This record gives sequence, structure tokens and C-alpha cells, in this order.
Amino acid sequence: MAGAETQGDVHKCDLNGILEIQELTVHFHRKDRIIGRQTTIHAVDRVTLTLSKGETLSLVGESGSGKSTLARTVLKLHHPTSGTILFRNKDIFRQDRTESKSFRKRVQMIFQDPYESLNPQSTVLSSVIEPMIIHGLAKDKRESMASRLLTMVGLDPTSKLDRYPHELSGGERQRVAIARAISLEPELLVADEPVSMLDVSIRLEILHLLQTLKNELHLTYLFITHDLGVARYIGTRIAVMYFGQIVEIAETDELINQPLHHYTNLLLSSIPGSENSQPLAVKADVDYSFSATEPPSGCRFRTRCPKAQEKCALKEPELTELTARHFVACYYPLSR
Amino acid sequence: MKAVDGVSFTVNKGEILGLAGESACGKTTTALSIMRLHGANAVVEGKILLEGRDILQMSNEELRDFRWKRISMIPQGSMNSLDPVISVGNQITEAIQAHENVHKSEAWKSAEKLLSSVSIDPSRAKNYPHEFSGGMKQRAVIAMALALNPSLVIADEPTTALDVVVQKQLLLLLKELQRNLSISFLFVSHDLSVIGEIADRLAVMYAGKIVEIGPKSVVLKQPSHPYTRALVNSVPRVFGSRQLLHSIPGSPPTGIWPSGCRFHPRCEFAFEPCKQKEPQLEVSMTGVHAACHLISQEKETGFSTKR
Amino acid sequence: MQTEESATTASKSEFSPRRASAISGIIHSRRAQVGFGIITFFIVLAIAAPVVAPYSPYAFPAPGPPYSPPSSRFLLGTDYVGEDILSELIYGGRVSITVGIIVALLSTAFGTFIGIIAGYYMRTIDEILMRLTDIVLILPSLPLMIILAAYLGPSLQTVILVLTVTAWPAVARVVRSQTLSLRERPFVDSARVAGASDFRIIIKVLLPNLASIIAANAVLITEIAIGGEAALDFIGLGDISVVSWGTMLYWAQSYAPFNGAWWWVIAPGLCIVIVGLGFVLISVSIENVFNPKLRST
Repeated sequence: MAGAETQGDVHKCDLNGILEIQELTVHFHRKDRIIGRQTTIHAVDRVTLTLSKGETLSLVGESGSGKSTLARTVLKLHHPTSGTILFRNKDIFRQDRTESKSFRKRVQMIFQDPYESLNPQSTVLSSVIEPMIIHGLAKDKRESMASRLLTMVGLDPTSKLDRYPHELSGGERQRVAIARAISLEPELLVADEPVSMLDVSIRLEILHLLQTLKNELHLTYLFITHDLGVARYIGTRIAVMYFGQIVEIAETDELINQPLHHYTNLLLSSIPGSENSQPLAVKADVDYSFSATEPPSGCRFRTRCPKAQEKCALKEPELTELTARHFVACYYPLSR
Repeated sequence: MKAVDGVSFTVNKGEILGLAGESACGKTTTALSIMRLHGANAVVEGKILLEGRDILQMSNEELRDFRWKRISMIPQGSMNSLDPVISVGNQITEAIQAHENVHKSEAWKSAEKLLSSVSIDPSRAKNYPHEFSGGMKQRAVIAMALALNPSLVIADEPTTALDVVVQKQLLLLLKELQRNLSISFLFVSHDLSVIGEIADRLAVMYAGKIVEIGPKSVVLKQPSHPYTRALVNSVPRVFGSRQLLHSIPGSPPTGIWPSGCRFHPRCEFAFEPCKQKEPQLEVSMTGVHAACHLISQEKETGFSTKR
Repeated sequence: MQTEESATTASKSEFSPRRASAISGIIHSRRAQVGFGIITFFIVLAIAAPVVAPYSPYAFPAPGPPYSPPSSRFLLGTDYVGEDILSELIYGGRVSITVGIIVALLSTAFGTFIGIIAGYYMRTIDEILMRLTDIVLILPSLPLMIILAAYLGPSLQTVILVLTVTAWPAVARVVRSQTLSLRERPFVDSARVAGASDFRIIIKVLLPNLASIIAANAVLITEIAIGGEAALDFIGLGDISVVSWGTMLYWAQSYAPFNGAWWWVIAPGLCIVIVGLGFVLISVSIENVFNPKLRST
């Protein structure tokens, strides 16, 4: 059974849970040097989420929603302002040297930009074996391991190992990045928009590759994307983020066919060619970019929500389980 | 190397023609060539007729007269190319004054009117680009393109960098402009679903050629060309039943075009003529124009290989 | 910087493919060819000084009459004592070029170290290091040089120290700003996610990507340092008992004007300029060495 999401009841020991995010908050403080004014960017606010072993959770949201920040914090690229993340029931921000090294082997990341995620000064071989060098894999085993990895991701080792990134296409570079990520046999893979910068006809191949690897290597995926089509295709569950918070989580088809949150509905009805639309009055010239704005009080979506009432401005709604394994944070969710 | 090879199409008055294709298919080059904005070392042949006059034969003066007044363009990434140190209103004003002899105050008034026609509060004309959100910047760029009432606007990937909700707003806006102002659009995009939403007719490009062109719904729902079909089938859909998706093997060619039909190395239906002879556009069973040897075969045998 | 010509594909040699095409990257740029030609010429000359120079510049007694104009015996004439200027030039090149190279190496090493640490760790460390750098940068270099030299006594070591101290802040600033932008790039995150230590990231990820700009800078510093050495010697802060192009100018400025010995002034001055030009030409093409796009396998 998927991990529980209720906030008041934080499960410290979920037998199936591989990753537990608890009340995670990540704020960035930007100080304007000239005026001296401090702005706080509320990237992630009190997110609680559990990933079960073997699932693919698609985390969906628009730019500024905090999904990338969340993913990067899981990889310890950011420090939480408050809250914790547990990997296999251990707090990842309180690790000693050995645990930290071990964490790096078990949790890996695939980045969005294939043109920037490989060191331009390193050959494919160097990039793929770098994790092995860091973790002390025997020298004589490295090159053969690299060949094996390249084959697994669909590249020919003899022609590709000596190449530099600029000699490869976007899809090939992404494959190299994947080979590097799986080189130490991780358990959890966080993919941050891995196909959004690739050509349409290449995307599917990469998605299929990720699917195949997941089955072969028994991986768990946290898949970040803004594309609901991709989220649906690859995810077993979908979580929707808005302005730093999770507003709805459910199993894929359930969320798409029976959305409960008004923001989810807005997303679904904005998809090109969708016949599904509950027309939402969305003001055209209001600035909805999240980056520098203070979040509205109470429910953050209330400024755009057609069903907003007084209650919504007073207190933030909590994620509650409305139907089986379908959680939503809303006082007046869509009726079914 | 022919980036664009024998491409012919018509944009009718008040219609939106979508130009779809992946990278290096030649769609951007085509768009730029219409405005004669291709690089200085480009060799351009053929005719581009705007309301009867051949653009390619125009002198530089005539070009200045017609650029922006008859056809304007929203280039790729233009929302990020707004000058950061000039207010949005002034940028539109400059665009107007570059082509018309009007006083600054008049041009400013026009700029304000243009901003409100794209649903931006005119009082924001004095703001700078960084004070606008992504969607607003794109709408400001559209306002600039509309400044002199062109009959045709070429939009190259106008929604690519935008979130899906903002994208929807923008598409609705374009539709509105098409309706109210009778403007035609040439909408260039790699995103088939976006084109599906906005275009009336749709042309699919591959390796410098148009492989299929016709009414949008026919091309997307009953594609005649294997590439169109493969492309449609490789995009994960949100609604409807879970499709069986097939990726297209190989990758789009960039510059070295295969012999015969340029798609044949990646086509699951390729047979003998495909390697030798380039297919020409002909009317298919569904009434669209498509360039594929299978079409003549279908017409002969009455049997379609498409499931 | 634009790369001018692309390298030819590497041929099988005892060099790794990477190095071979880097060198051919330099060889195939006309500017680099000229620059390299100049520098090689002068370095060979300097190394072969005992063989090539007709006399010793310190010969006692001096080989010729003072102030004699260029002749078949003394190709560039003689100085106020009677030493052969050509020999002085050749031996002097040793000192000037060596000083230039040592200053470049020291200031680049130190400046890079400061710049990378500041750029990578940011915040407090950056503040401290940059304030230190700013202080040194703000001090006007010539007065600083004079004060330091006056305090430490005129000698070759002083000259080297003074030039290094005034040169490293610029390196630090450039390296820091490049580091700041590099550290945000995804492949640095990728290294971190793979478990790389800060040390590894700095040495194996950042440094190779900084190499191009560091090298270009180092070459330019060489050129500046040669001129700087001459300047310090010229105002008498160098070791005037050692023959270098700068000390030649020092003696020449006092004695040459009233004796019409124009050859004595022009020779070292011209050498400084030509060698400087050589280094500048190399620095422009040095990006070719480090640009991975020129390495084909």
C-alpha cells in the first residue's frame, strides 16, 4: 500500500516506503544589495510525501511550483529550511561520512538539460566512470563496466566511449547521463524533466529506456515533469504541485479522470486539444509568476479559484484522503 | 545543402496554417525566408506571393514598406529578446516609428491600445520586461507584431517556453485576434498538440520538404503519411485510452538527406520505390496532399496499409 | 574568443589524441604560428646564449670602444663601457623572459587558488578573500612597486615579488567570476550527486573548464611582467648589475641621449615589444588548446 500522506500522522516506519519527505520547507533568501530589502522565495512549503519501493511517482507542476527544488533537495543539493527527508528511515541531512557516501550510491539523478549535464571536458568514458572512481571501484573493472552500461542504454561502446559530449546528439547525451546515473546500481532515481529538451520523436525512446531499466534494475522513480501526457505515460501515481505545495495526489488514471482540486482541473483543461473543460475564469494580465511573490494567505490557489470562499483565506487546507488513496488539499473540492 | 527543398503552400485570408516538424526540418528557415530574414549566404529560389506580389523580387525599399505592414513576425525566443533597459511601451513605439512617420505621443497611444488588445493593462506600458511574466512578455511581443495591422503574422514556436495554462491563454488570444482582426497566422511549432488546438490547416515538414498538408483534423486523426502517423503516435496523450506508443527509430536527419524518400530509413512501410524515387505530393484517400509512394499504391489497390 | 581554424584529426603518435589535436590547434592558427615563432626564437636564443652571443656582456676588459655604432665587429654597436650590445641583448633576454615566466606562473597559481576558493565557497570566504584582493588591486601598482622595492632592496627577487603581488589580484577576479558561473552548471551538480568531494569538484571538474581562461591570462601576464621588469629596472629598482633588457634601458637612458647611441635604446625596447607581441598572439589562440570541440577522435 502506498505510504500515508496525512500530515498529523507522520509515519516513521513504512515497510514499503523508500523515501519519506516530511513537512519539508525550502526557502531561499535573496537580499537586494542596493536597497537592502530581503525577499524570501517560498520554493517548497511543508511538503509531505512518501515514495513506495518500485513505484514511479510523477511530480507535476508549472515553472515556479517548486518541483525542481524538491527534487534537488532530495539529492541534497539544497538544504531544507525545516522538515526532514528520510531515505530508508534514516534522515539524509544527518549522515556521517559513510552513510553519506552510501547515500550517493543509492540515490541518483538525471538532469533536464542534456547539453549541460555532462562535463564538456570529459569523454563519455570519463563521465561514466567518474562515480566508480569516487566510490573506489577497482580500476581494471571500470572500462568493461562502462561498456556494459553503454550497451544497456542503447549506445555502441566502441564508437562512443572516446567521444566528447559535443559530438553526440541530445538523445545520446541523455543516454550517457542515464548510464552514469545507474553505474552504481542505485535504488532511487530522481529524473528532473529528462525528456523536455529532446526532440519529440526521441522522447519516447528515452521514456521506454527508463521504463526498461526500472524493471531490470528494480528501481523506484521520482519523475518531475510539467507535461501531463508524459506524467500519465510513465507514472503509477501523480502528485500535483502549486506554489510550493502538493495540492493533490492520486493514482494516475484516477487523477486524470476524476480531478478533485481546481488547479488540477485548470491544468487538465489547458492541455491543447482537451475536450475536458470546466471553463475557469483566468485573468489574462495578472502576473502569476511565483518567484518573487508572497504567497496568499490560506489556500494559495484561492486568488485564481472560481470556488474560493472566506474560509479559503483563513487557513491553509491540509492534504486529506477523500477517496481511496486520493488526497486533496481543498475545502471545496470538485464534486465527483 | 538544401535546408528547404521545393516547399509550396498557401495561407488563406483569415486562416491559421500550422507548420509542424522536428528540429532541422526546415520550418524555421521557411518562416525566416518569407520575411527574407535568412542569412546573407543563403541561396533562395522560388516565389513567395503576398496578395499577388512576389516578395523575393522586391527591392530593399519595397521590402521596408511591406515588412511589418503586410507581414510581421514573432521570432523564436523573442519573449526573451526584449531589450531589458527599454520600457515595453517604448519598444512598441519604436517599432511603430521605424515604419511610420508619426509623432511619439501618437505612437505611444497606439502602443497602449495594442497592449490592451492582447489583454495587458495599458498602464503597464511603462514597465520594463523583467516586470512582466513570461506569458505577458510573449503577449507584448505579439502586440509589437500587430502594430501596423499586417495581414499575416508568422509565429515561430510562440508557446514553447510557456507553462500549459499560460499557453492556453495565449492560444485563445491568437484565436480571438484571428476572428476580430481577420489576421492570418503561419504558426510554426514542433508541438503537434498545440498546432492541433490552434490551426485550421496543417502542413507537416520533414527534412526540408512538406510531407503532408491538409485540414487539421484530417491530418491529425487520419494521417496519410507514415511520418505524420508516427509523430502523432509518439506523443503521450493525457486523455482517452492508453495508447500503444511507438517511437520512431533513428533520429531526424540534419543536412545529409537520404536518397529517394527522405523518411525511408525510419519508415516501417518502406518498400522498393522509396529508396530510389522521391515521392511527390498527391491527393490521398482522405483528401489531403501527402508525399508517399503508398498513396498511389493505395489508390490502385484500394487497400490501405494503415490500421 | 572565436576559434579560427579547427584542428586536423589526430594522427597516431606517442601523444594521446587529446594532446595531439590541441597542439595542431595552435599550429593551424596563423596568429599562433607567428606568436609561437617569435617566442620560440627568443627562447632558443636565450638558452643558447653562451653559444650564440659573440662576447660576454660582463667581459672585462670590455671588447670595444664605448658608443661605437653598429659595425661588423659589433652588430648592434657598444654601450658606454664598450660591451657588445648584441651580446647584452641575448643574455638580457634570459633574465627578462625568465622573470616574465616566473611571475606569470606564481601570480597565476596564487590568483587561481584564491579565485576558485572564493568563487566556489562564496559567502563569508568569498567576502574575506575578495576584500583582500580588492585592497591589493586598489593600491596603485607603480607606487606600490616602488615602495616594496625600496623597502626590500633592489634585486631580481624583489622585482619578481613585486610583479607577482601586483599581478595576482586580476587573475583572482577573473577566475572567481568564471567559477561563480561554472559552479551553477548542471554538470557540477552531477558531480556532487555522484558523491564527489569539494576537492574533487574543484580540481577535476572546475579547473579543466577554467584552463582556457587561466592559460590565456597567464600568457598575457608574461607579457606584462616583461614590461614591468623593464619598468622597475628603468627607474633603478632592479638589480642594475645584472644585464636584462630593462637594465640596458636604465643605463641607456642616462648615457645614450648625449652620445647619440640610438642603437643602445632601440635594441632592448624593440625586443620587449616584439616578445610582448608574441605572447599576445599566442594568448589569442590559446583557447584552441583547451576547446574540446577541436578534439576529434
